[in-house]
Amino acid sequence: MFFYLFKRLLTMIPLLLGITLISFTVIHLAPGKPTDLALDLNPAVTKEVKEKMERLYGLDKPLHVQYWNWLKRLAVLDFGNSFATDGRPVLDKIGERLPITITINLLSMALIMAVAIPLGIASATRPHSLFDQATTVFVFVGFAIPTFWLALLLMILFGLELNWLPISGLTSYNYDQLGPFMQAWDRVQHLILPVLISAFGGLAGMSRYMRANMLEVIRQDYITTARAKGLKERVVIYKHALRNALMPVITLLGLSVPGLIGGSVIFESIFAIPGLGQLFYQGVMSRDYPLVMGGLVIGAVLTLLGNLLADLSYAIVDPRIRVK
Amino acid sequence: MPSGTLAQETWRRFKTNKLAMAGAVVVLFLFVISILAPLVSPHDPNQFHLKRVLESPSWDHLLGTDELGRDVLARMIYGAQISLKVGFVAVGIATLIGIVLGALAGYYSGWVDAVIMRLVDIMLCFPAFFLILAVIALLEPSIWNIMIVIGLTSWMGVARLVRAEFMGLKNREFVSAARVLGASDYRIIFRHLMPNAMAPVLVSATLGVAGAILTESALSFLGIGVQPPTPSWGNILTAGKDNIEVAWWLSVFPGLAILVTVLAYNLLGEGLREALDPRLRE
Repeated sequence: MFFYLFKRLLTMIPLLLGITLISFTVIHLAPGKPTDLALDLNPAVTKEVKEKMERLYGLDKPLHVQYWNWLKRLAVLDFGNSFATDGRPVLDKIGERLPITITINLLSMALIMAVAIPLGIASATRPHSLFDQATTVFVFVGFAIPTFWLALLLMILFGLELNWLPISGLTSYNYDQLGPFMQAWDRVQHLILPVLISAFGGLAGMSRYMRANMLEVIRQDYITTARAKGLKERVVIYKHALRNALMPVITLLGLSVPGLIGGSVIFESIFAIPGLGQLFYQGVMSRDYPLVMGGLVIGAVLTLLGNLLADLSYAIVDPRIRVK
Repeated sequence: MPSGTLAQETWRRFKTNKLAMAGAVVVLFLFVISILAPLVSPHDPNQFHLKRVLESPSWDHLLGTDELGRDVLARMIYGAQISLKVGFVAVGIATLIGIVLGALAGYYSGWVDAVIMRLVDIMLCFPAFFLILAVIALLEPSIWNIMIVIGLTSWMGVARLVRAEFMGLKNREFVSAARVLGASDYRIIFRHLMPNAMAPVLVSATLGVAGAILTESALSFLGIGVQPPTPSWGNILTAGKDNIEVAWWLSVFPGLAILVTVLAYNLLGEGLREALDPRLRE
């Protein structure tokens, strides 16, 4: 197991380097220098000041030197300072937003599992039934529905028409005056719509995947054997079949990380949630280069970690992986 | 066993699939609407009417008017043109890159394969939406940049597909035969191997159009996609969000259009997949 972990970590090194190289290239593809925007707006900036700034950020050096210097700073987790007026370190800014995005994504993953797995089992054990067909329709609509549109519709329905749920932010304006129980309830209410929205796309994919896995497993000889020796259908399905059908789901969860993080841009800007997605969006809109570069690298590294976790869990539940 | 060309057989299987046919009809309908936009559009999509702002649907304006008094139906018809253009050009770029890289990796194996597949792994690590946002905001948000960026960030699936097909085929007899006859690598790749890999690529491209349309609409909704006054389903929805309390029609209709279009491409793609590979039928 440790050997497997070590091997997995080694393969991550070239990927990490590739991630930094692509992030760097993307930013430097842009016409003009990163300092232009910050300085051009200020009439007091002379040519000398501009050159001084460029020297300060190392922009006067050749690209490969700039990349190497940036890498060296990344190695000690120095992502530079934001171009925003607060000028704070990018790592701090991202660090305070990340827990919010991760919490919402973990909650939506839990929701996806809780709904999609039973749904997938139920349609696989009754293929072509009315229930199965209804699920298929739901899956296709789920794939096709633009999440931001669904968010708008739910906002109109639950926020404006029924007035059941808040539609913006993480807490109400009177949060500080609430008791501890009401504060918790307030937070839950604010999370319902964002979690639902971010889970929706994955829900369709996961239930379809679960259905396919279950159908595949049920055809195997060991399921026939289990039935033949007189086990109850419930035991066959939920013990023998389900365990095997669940394994690939772990990988899919790992693979869904980039989609969830990318999707956070959309639901966080719609619901005004101060998470990583919103920060990245604001950074992009204000051309805050250090923040955008940091966001790209950290977003990709999170994916890498998600995949690593998925692979490790897989190796734990399926011993064949470790031996290979 | 009925005989005929591959295309005829595929079509015979395809047309028995009602859902896929429905998808094909919707896609065809959108093509016609887009091409005939100036003829079928009831109004000029950019004509302001400041006295008729945010009117609810009526006989004159079937889907109502927007915040500048422009006809929503007309803007949606022209928006269909944009969706179609973005979908096809973006997928064209992605498919081209994916085919070339996948073919090289699958045919040559060794270090070529290793480098290309690592590039695929790296690209898959990035939350695609982050990468797209960054590039578009640093360049100019224009329709061409959107197409290029969506294309550049969505070729990895095709590359993997083509590589897998090539790996499975390149040691078969017909390839050895071609090589013995003196065919160049170029000829073997494009004349002998590629036609065999086209079926899954076609399916993935069809599904890719759906994905590209969704991405474009999300970008336009966030204000970094197609820029007003050019109409797109996504940027009409932005106005819908701003006027969410007074004008439901601005939110409902463009979203429905996206939903139906994406659904149609997905059904068409799934139908093609089954028709091209009868083994998949349950």
